[in-house]
Amino acid sequence: MSYLLKNATMPNGSKADLAIHDSHFVPESSLPKDHQVIDLAGKQVLPGLVDLHTHLREPGFEESETVATGSLSAVRGGFTAISAMANTAPVADTAGVVEQVYRLGQAAGLCDVFPIGAVTQGLNGQTLSEIGAMADSAARVRVFSDDGKCVFDPLIMRRALEYVKKFDGVIAQHAQEPTLTQDAQMNEGEISAQLGLKGWPAVAEEAIIARDVLLAEHTKSRLHICHLTTAGGVEIIRWAKARGIQVTAEVTPHHLLLTDDYAKNYDPIFKVNPPLRLESDVLALRAGLADGTIDIVATDHAPHSSESKDCEWSVASFGMVGLETALSIVIKTMVETGAMTYADVADRLSIAPARIARYENHGQPLEIGNVANLTVVDTASNWIVDRDLMSTRSKNTPFHGFELPGVVTHTFFNGKLVFGE
Amino acid sequence: MKTVLPAPDMSRAIVRIAHEILERYDGADSITLLGIPTRGAHLATRIAAAINAIEGGQVAVGTLDTTMHRDDLRTRSPKALLPTLIPPAGVEGRHVVLVDDVLFSGRTIRAALDALGEIGRPTSVSLAVLVDRGHRELPIKADFVGKNIPTSRTEIIKVNLVEVDGTDEVTIAEGGSK
Amino acid sequence: MKHLLSINDLSRDEAILILDTAAELARISDGPMKKLPTLRGRTIVNLFAEDSTRTRISFEAAAKRLSADVINFSAKGSSLSKGESLKDTAQTLQAMGADAVVIRHPASGAPFRLADNQWMSGAVINAGDGTHEHPSQALLDAYTMRKHLGKGAKDLAGLRVAIVGDILHSRVARSNVLLLTKLGAHVTLVAPPTLLPFGVDSWPVTVSYDLDLVIPQVDAIMMLRIQQERMHEIFFPSAREYSRYFGLNRDRVNALNPNAIIMHPGPMNRGLEITADAADSARSVIVEQVSNGVSVRMAILYLLLGGAPIEGGIN
Repeated sequence: MSYLLKNATMPNGSKADLAIHDSHFVPESSLPKDHQVIDLAGKQVLPGLVDLHTHLREPGFEESETVATGSLSAVRGGFTAISAMANTAPVADTAGVVEQVYRLGQAAGLCDVFPIGAVTQGLNGQTLSEIGAMADSAARVRVFSDDGKCVFDPLIMRRALEYVKKFDGVIAQHAQEPTLTQDAQMNEGEISAQLGLKGWPAVAEEAIIARDVLLAEHTKSRLHICHLTTAGGVEIIRWAKARGIQVTAEVTPHHLLLTDDYAKNYDPIFKVNPPLRLESDVLALRAGLADGTIDIVATDHAPHSSESKDCEWSVASFGMVGLETALSIVIKTMVETGAMTYADVADRLSIAPARIARYENHGQPLEIGNVANLTVVDTASNWIVDRDLMSTRSKNTPFHGFELPGVVTHTFFNGKLVFGE
Repeated sequence: MKTVLPAPDMSRAIVRIAHEILERYDGADSITLLGIPTRGAHLATRIAAAINAIEGGQVAVGTLDTTMHRDDLRTRSPKALLPTLIPPAGVEGRHVVLVDDVLFSGRTIRAALDALGEIGRPTSVSLAVLVDRGHRELPIKADFVGKNIPTSRTEIIKVNLVEVDGTDEVTIAEGGSK
Repeated sequence: MKHLLSINDLSRDEAILILDTAAELARISDGPMKKLPTLRGRTIVNLFAEDSTRTRISFEAAAKRLSADVINFSAKGSSLSKGESLKDTAQTLQAMGADAVVIRHPASGAPFRLADNQWMSGAVINAGDGTHEHPSQALLDAYTMRKHLGKGAKDLAGLRVAIVGDILHSRVARSNVLLLTKLGAHVTLVAPPTLLPFGVDSWPVTVSYDLDLVIPQVDAIMMLRIQQERMHEIFFPSAREYSRYFGLNRDRVNALNPNAIIMHPGPMNRGLEITADAADSARSVIVEQVSNGVSVRMAILYLLLGGAPIEGGIN
């Protein structure tokens, strides 16, 4: 199929027509006669969005999400590449598992599904997993993470940082000091004290970030900090970058919008790891994302079955789905506030994550010769989030009923229209 | 709104009730007056004062709150409780005279009889009211009545007492649109 | 007022109404009337997912004196001890026609989950949830203080109260801070810094680490239970050191004001946070707290259930 997209607003604000044939952007003149014309007047185009942090739950927890349902959710949210976290059952700590996930993604065919490999075997935090075998596998893993758990042992962390240099890999750290966060339920602050829920202090996150940027400096390796949530964490990353340390950082959409106030009615739909923090943290995260201290937005899309949320707060699972709301939250918190342009959005949600993870055909300029991975957004329209109308298999969105700006109307993956009409 | 029992008539009615009670029970010694809060309690105190003025003694007087025994609890929001103060002699073997301001459906008195039954077994129970306005819903009648005032169901009878309302009078008014 | 989940649900006037109602109920049930017909035909479920004999018995006695039908649902060790089935349990209680559920649960906020969801339509009364709140305990504590120290006042204006011990994990302390300050008392929290909640400096209370400085300045002192497992979690080095700094012993009792009262929500760890002679001294109102508890819980049940059913449930 071939397409001519007319009157598109490019990330830099200019207007252009884009021609797509086979899987690439082509000159309009080389389009076959039977191409479809789509008028994008008034609509914003972005390079296909890239998520570095997605929980797809397959293998092991298919009742919450599968690679196929997660892929559909992704393209509805404008993503053309997602990164399947390793905390499946079995854990993605061998070439076999990562290849299985990769092939499930290929079979779904809606977007690229890049597996992330576990840093340690079974996420046990003690023994390195088969990092090399995963890197050399068909899945070509470059990002390694024990996400959900912190690589707590400093020696293991050091070795992992050193070892991935051989593959130009990166360690994505879930920064959570475990002893300071035993049984922790939410941000440690006035609200946790009032609610009688065990607190999760900011220092538990910041202490690991501080340690790991120093380890990254020492090992001259690449470190990525998952889901930054505190103002102090932003400061440490800013300091590390100024020192020339190879560290990158991500923030989730929910941490750009929600605060621990939402815990007040004990609805575990707002229970997430790391926890929702304070208004001052939210503002620091937005400022950090705007000035580039935080490199990317990543969803931490974490599907959970309804029974794991339909219960008391302290026994509920951590996590929120986010693929279908991510772009809208970024528009609401960053673009509508004037903190970022759509060129910045293209960078934080596509170009930078693709660069960090070395995803070759993603985050590229929308230019002739490049693979046509493309997202179209109607930025003038709002929509109301309805958990029952989402494509993810789970309904645990904290944004149910929120009115959000920006409707994804089309997603093109490898030149195919995988979402929209 | 019009006044149907002005202050002087009210005083006379109270004194008359005191005389009637004494006449029926042959003196004050065996009588216990129990007023139903709020206005019934004040009327009981006044009747007791009248009895004491006549007899020269101290007639037993107390209060009996009926709130927890009402049969219409589930049709309205819960009310604050009012005091129940039973004189030291109790109710066993006594002639209890219940005192209330207005006798209407009779349901308050039924509740009072139930409440009294929880406390003990009086020799007899009688009822004194300042106003009987008719429209009984239960087989209950007053033994001592200050004034019978025929009413329609929708009319509103209001007993004002100095202790609560700053003035002594009984008024009648047209009811609202019901 | 449909539920009693937190002291925050009560206005000052509503709190006083509960205390006044309890006082009247105490007088009539101590005196002439042992049993009232008020809640005849109403079903109250005691849903206790955590051991608490005294609170359960207190609510049961209160319900029975109001002629309610009481169903005890003690779920320790059963499926309820796993949170997944709280919803199923609630729906079962709904099907059984519970007009009210008195819930004790180890998870903070569990009563909110019962009340907020469309799981059941009855009233929910929080009888202690995790480390969050225990509103009926605070109400009986306030009732006890008003009775002894109120000098006829409706509220607790000007009263000075010290709450001593494990504030961090205490639902009794949380509810008491909210209620006592609402009623005008000055509250001082006394504890080692490890057992004070984060951000306690923003609470409307005074905080002290020194019990001996506080003792002579209070009208009521409330000792909180220290759970043995806190020692293993390194909140303080040893029971002996805790007792030395924060225990109520004979010398400290003697340093109290002549009219000051000693309170404890129970169960006590005699010898740890309170010595036997302090607990049994003439100043102690600990036993009376228990009997006041029944009156206060009767008042709560009457005010929640005695009137017309409140709109908004599923039925």
